[in-house]
Amino acid sequence: MEWLGPEEWQAVALSLKVAIWATLVSLPLGILAAHVLSRRDFPGKALLNGIIHLPLILPPVVTGYLLLLGFGPRGPIGALLEPLGIVFAFRWTGAALAAGIMAFPLMVRAIRLSFDAVDPRLEEAASTLGASRVWVFLTVTLPLILPGVLAGAVLAFAKAMGEFGATITFVSNIPGQTQTLPSAIYTFLQVPGGEASAMRLVLVSIVIAMGALLASEMLARRVQKRVSGT
Amino acid sequence: MSLQVAITHRQGAFTLDAAFEAPPGITVLFGCSGSGKTTLINAVAGLQRPQAGRIVLDGQPVFDSAAGVFLPPHRRRLGYVFQEGRLFPHLSVRQNLTYGRWFAPRRARAAEKAEFDRIVDMLGIGPLLERRPAALSGGEKQRVAIGRALLARPGLILADEPLAALDEARKSEILPYFERLRGEVPILYVSHSAAEVARLATTIVVLDQGRVIRQGPAAEVLADPAVTPMGARAAGALLVATVLRHHADGLSELDLGGVPLFLPRVAQAPGSRLRLRIAAHDVILSRRRPEGLSALNILPATVHEVRPGDGPGAIVSLDTAAGRMLARITRRSAQALDLVPGVACHAILKSVAVAPEDIGTPQERAT
Repeated sequence: MEWLGPEEWQAVALSLKVAIWATLVSLPLGILAAHVLSRRDFPGKALLNGIIHLPLILPPVVTGYLLLLGFGPRGPIGALLEPLGIVFAFRWTGAALAAGIMAFPLMVRAIRLSFDAVDPRLEEAASTLGASRVWVFLTVTLPLILPGVLAGAVLAFAKAMGEFGATITFVSNIPGQTQTLPSAIYTFLQVPGGEASAMRLVLVSIVIAMGALLASEMLARRVQKRVSGT
Repeated sequence: MSLQVAITHRQGAFTLDAAFEAPPGITVLFGCSGSGKTTLINAVAGLQRPQAGRIVLDGQPVFDSAAGVFLPPHRRRLGYVFQEGRLFPHLSVRQNLTYGRWFAPRRARAAEKAEFDRIVDMLGIGPLLERRPAALSGGEKQRVAIGRALLARPGLILADEPLAALDEARKSEILPYFERLRGEVPILYVSHSAAEVARLATTIVVLDQGRVIRQGPAAEVLADPAVTPMGARAAGALLVATVLRHHADGLSELDLGGVPLFLPRVAQAPGSRLRLRIAAHDVILSRRRPEGLSALNILPATVHEVRPGDGPGAIVSLDTAAGRMLARITRRSAQALDLVPGVACHAILKSVAVAPEDIGTPQERAT
């Protein structure tokens, strides 16, 4: 990637690292949340659904500020985790946390749709054949929702790559530390002569976003095929 | 293997309060839709938890509300054949068949292979093994579903109207497989079809609005004129006959309690026993032995009971040398012929359905 300068390349690499971690860590939680929203009925379900979807609706800067309040050095959770060596504020881990939370609703929505498409009667049939709940999930439910899970992950990854508002509010814009791809573009646009660098990063963004969207669409089509068994 | 069930369950305005015992063979839960059959079989499977009662499988309580026992479905060692097959769409037929084996107690590899081959062979699904369920016909799906349930090595097979979603031709394709299973593993079979019940049942449990109104051996229950959950139209008795000889003119002679019975050639060899279903509406009654009649099969009988129906019809139960049978006639005829208990008469059989005790295709045989 010779046409990317070291500073630009640093931003792309950091964004990839942040997005991959954000996606991998939130995936199990996303599957769990999607399962609960699709299959369980309990008081407070609407509230949980609202909380999960909140980052989608709130201004990102608000989400970032709330994260700073909660996970900052003086925030209740941040203070609790600091002695354990887990620090989020102004670190790339914080960028991953912000990106993960912003991408979470998109991931949960995609996975939830594929849960809805699985016939619970198939799971009943598996249980009568001797499979415990865990085995039913691993051998019937998970294979059937897998394309949906992948689609959700791809979507979340793309969203995490592009997260800007919450990230810059929570962890600022430190080159090599927290300067992700969108932050770098923003910075380049603020300095005279930075347009060329910004343009290159814009191209990278478009390619990643478009690729993720196409992959996600393709996988979503496969879930339907798979559940209907053709 | 034995099964004892005594449960109560309330769901809205519907109350299920049923107790029955299933001896070896096929026990059919018989009743119209809404009588509680599916709730009952799902309670045995563990898919539904009744509010109160006890279910004992082979001496082990799998549900006991008093003792707080409720075994989840996967620990009950059952095979369930559902109405819609419920094959796993992401697995091949072979993988569907072996699914239950992952969770069954291990056996020697050779024994597993032999059992797999035997069941695949019995169900005739060898050519389908590498296909996906979506590429199967309705009848093929049900055969694979039966195989899948059997290969889980269950102590009891549950079947909830496994033929209801199939057309007549497919039904007669599947029925023989259940007949073959009769001696192999106990079966609890839900049905609202009198023909299926007559063909398969060893024991019948009749359900009506959540209650067991009659239970006992198939022939006994079917010959009871009070048991017409599907209406008098579907009433009919079950008799067992022995094949005597095949005649050159294409007729087979059967022995029905000492009375000769002539049917178009049956496939079975002399000496085989056949299950005959004689529908009540296929029986004509006459006080005197009729002459100059084209019907070949006439049985001497004694009237046991005359039970008037809601409409103009009546069900007459008859004692014959071969057992109890039913005739559906009009109330007007019953009066005209002066049919009262104890009166001797003759039963003329218009048609007899043959259901071999072993394997074969069922056919309506006009006589």
